[in-house]
Amino acid sequence: MSSLGNVKTNAYNEMHGHEGQVREHYQAFDEWLDSMPPERVAQKRAEADMLFHRVGITFAVYGEEAGTERLIPFDIVPRIIPAQEWKKLAAGLKQRVRALNAFIADIYHGQDILRAGRIPAEQVLCNVQYRPEMQGIDVPNSIYAHIAGIDVVRAGAGEFYVLEDNLRVPSGVSYMLEDRKMMMRLFPELFARYSVAPVEHYPDLLLENLRGVAPSGVNDPTVVLLTPGAYNSAYFEHAFLAQQMGIELVEGQDLFVDDEFVYMRTTRGPRRVDVMYRRIDDDFVDPLAFRPDSMLGVPGLLSAYRAGHVTIANAIGTGVADDKSIYPYVPDMVRFYLGEEPLLSNVPTYVLRRKEDLDYTLAHLSELVVKEVHGAGGYGMLIGPAATQEELSAFRDRILASPEKYIAQPTLALSACPTFVDAGIAPRHIDLRPFVLSGRDVTLVPGGLTRVALREGSLVVNSSQGGGTKDTWVLER
Amino acid sequence: MLSRTADHLYWMARYTERAENLARMLDVNYRMALLPQASQVVEQSWTATLDIIGVLDLFRQRYKELTPANMLAFMAFDRQNPSSIYGCLRAARENAHAVRGTLTSEMWETTNSTWLEMRVISVRAHSDAEIGNFFEWVKYRSHLARGVTQGTMLRDEAFHFTWLGTYLERADNTARILDVKYHSLLPHGGEGDDTAADYYQWSALLHSVAAFEIYRKVYRDLITPRRVAELLVLRDDLPRSLHRCMSQVYQHLCAVRNEQSLETERRAGELHAALNFGRIDDIFGAGLHQYLLQFVERTKDLGERVSRDFLVSSTGE
Repeated sequence: MSSLGNVKTNAYNEMHGHEGQVREHYQAFDEWLDSMPPERVAQKRAEADMLFHRVGITFAVYGEEAGTERLIPFDIVPRIIPAQEWKKLAAGLKQRVRALNAFIADIYHGQDILRAGRIPAEQVLCNVQYRPEMQGIDVPNSIYAHIAGIDVVRAGAGEFYVLEDNLRVPSGVSYMLEDRKMMMRLFPELFARYSVAPVEHYPDLLLENLRGVAPSGVNDPTVVLLTPGAYNSAYFEHAFLAQQMGIELVEGQDLFVDDEFVYMRTTRGPRRVDVMYRRIDDDFVDPLAFRPDSMLGVPGLLSAYRAGHVTIANAIGTGVADDKSIYPYVPDMVRFYLGEEPLLSNVPTYVLRRKEDLDYTLAHLSELVVKEVHGAGGYGMLIGPAATQEELSAFRDRILASPEKYIAQPTLALSACPTFVDAGIAPRHIDLRPFVLSGRDVTLVPGGLTRVALREGSLVVNSSQGGGTKDTWVLER
Repeated sequence: MLSRTADHLYWMARYTERAENLARMLDVNYRMALLPQASQVVEQSWTATLDIIGVLDLFRQRYKELTPANMLAFMAFDRQNPSSIYGCLRAARENAHAVRGTLTSEMWETTNSTWLEMRVISVRAHSDAEIGNFFEWVKYRSHLARGVTQGTMLRDEAFHFTWLGTYLERADNTARILDVKYHSLLPHGGEGDDTAADYYQWSALLHSVAAFEIYRKVYRDLITPRRVAELLVLRDDLPRSLHRCMSQVYQHLCAVRNEQSLETERRAGELHAALNFGRIDDIFGAGLHQYLLQFVERTKDLGERVSRDFLVSSTGE
């Protein structure tokens, strides 16, 4: 999720109501915590750190000696979601991903939505993430975003908003699984008090999905996971998922294309690859088709893909649907493709290419968050309430120079969850990334990755900027 | 399996084994250096050790004097020396990291913890008493790595490539250890010069390959150079002997056989057969040193052939 800087808010608290009373679904946890001697809690937290280190659940720090890897801080207070809330959220997420897949299929075929005038054509066709190479290619089951990580936040009185759709190579699911494993190892007694919906079957579900989208005629497909390699910051997750699914973890150098089929080099000669779960960006997958300097990809992959001899998940060209300039149109996609009203809300978004949105934004700049359409990771953005007069006026000039490059949103008061910090337990802002899988069907495991901004008042949950994670509990009743 | 994966597993195992044998060799040398003897003898033994590992030149570039302390700093903890124990454990961990999805979780955690602990140990100062503990630790971690491999890994190709690496490395290392000791103990090629110092030297050699008690058990007699050589070269029941190592190499090689590996398999089988039917008198007749030199060359050839047949990515075209 994007960073939103430091903002003082009266955020929704996941555990406590307005009067400070403990919400019903946190009561058993609260009692348990009260009964725990502080030194035992401290000891358990240290144990968690030690275990994460030993297992190597780390992200690589670039430019340092091998083996220099940092832990993502893990917080032992779970984020608990009651069954009813999850049911609504899950339905909304599935609906949204269905519409997004329909949109991508449409964009690369008949482009009905453009012809119907629901989205300006140049917004899509001139987008750098739009891949003309994909035009007219049929993919199995018309699924493009097989794995979608949808970033959701709670704001106001606790209602959910979608902040961002991640349809390229969303990461973080290994933390969802490892956080759960850790909580069960550290505090088995808690799981006796709560019936927490399991998430451990995610790798099975993912494998089933990947097998389900094999090229037609392949009965027992060979599925592989393509990683940029051991020095990639998400390498742990790649290795973890490949191992959990029992598939080969391959690098570009392990693969080659011959006569429009993809093979991997094995100790017993070449072996055909049918489905590729790739964790490499579009730009790098095939040096013949995209960036010629890429050492990570497989020369000729696109030709095999176009011939229908290999399935790539996620498909090439999904980035056109999770771009910030397209985001405001997602609710419309739900209406257009599914004929349904969207169950999940977008954050209200001002599209500055529109005159009236531009005028509003300029008049309320100090209250809004302004983002660059193609920016990512919190770069090129303005957080109005945290900005100085000079920053505001400089950004105003940049907007006026090319308004079509920007969108604006109100500053959201992200919900907060009690979290262990140096001074004890204090509320910290959180978000949620559930992972929606599409293959023969659209499914998701009950839960996701909860990220927490550990700095007081911060809304930045990114792991690269001091964010941590929590186990996410969806209750079964 | 992927050729690259096999390559990483093979080298992970080789580096783990190499670290252990280094620890064994250094431990024995270090203890020998504490015995009353001419400093010249001690230095000669250290020089020979550096020479068989092939790092004598690097050592001379980095250190002025050949003292036990310098030697240990260089061979145990020096980060710039890829052949140090530190360097081997780092390489073992890097190879494991590249294929951590293929390893069982317990194998990975073992290799990773070894490396994490090594990093902590390497920055501490070491007294003479502690250095012995360090060598013990290295051996212990190596035992643990093999045990967890044996105890948790599926008996598939990955397993065979891992053990192939272990035994090829061990065969090479045992041959080198024997050669350097034999050389330095018998400068004139003679036998029977059984002074007390020699006794300690030979028993130290046996200790370094964990064969002292075994020698006693097998021969129930005085330690003689010829028997020591027989034990380390020809006995098929000594886990670190050349015979034992080659029989394992041959077995694991057969288990991963592919279309192009038949010649490699034949050469391994030939070497194994020679050890199986060889006689120590014949070996001594032709010269043990010559014999060992040739053996090291042949294991090197096998290693290169294994790389070519299985590990280097071929397009198959």
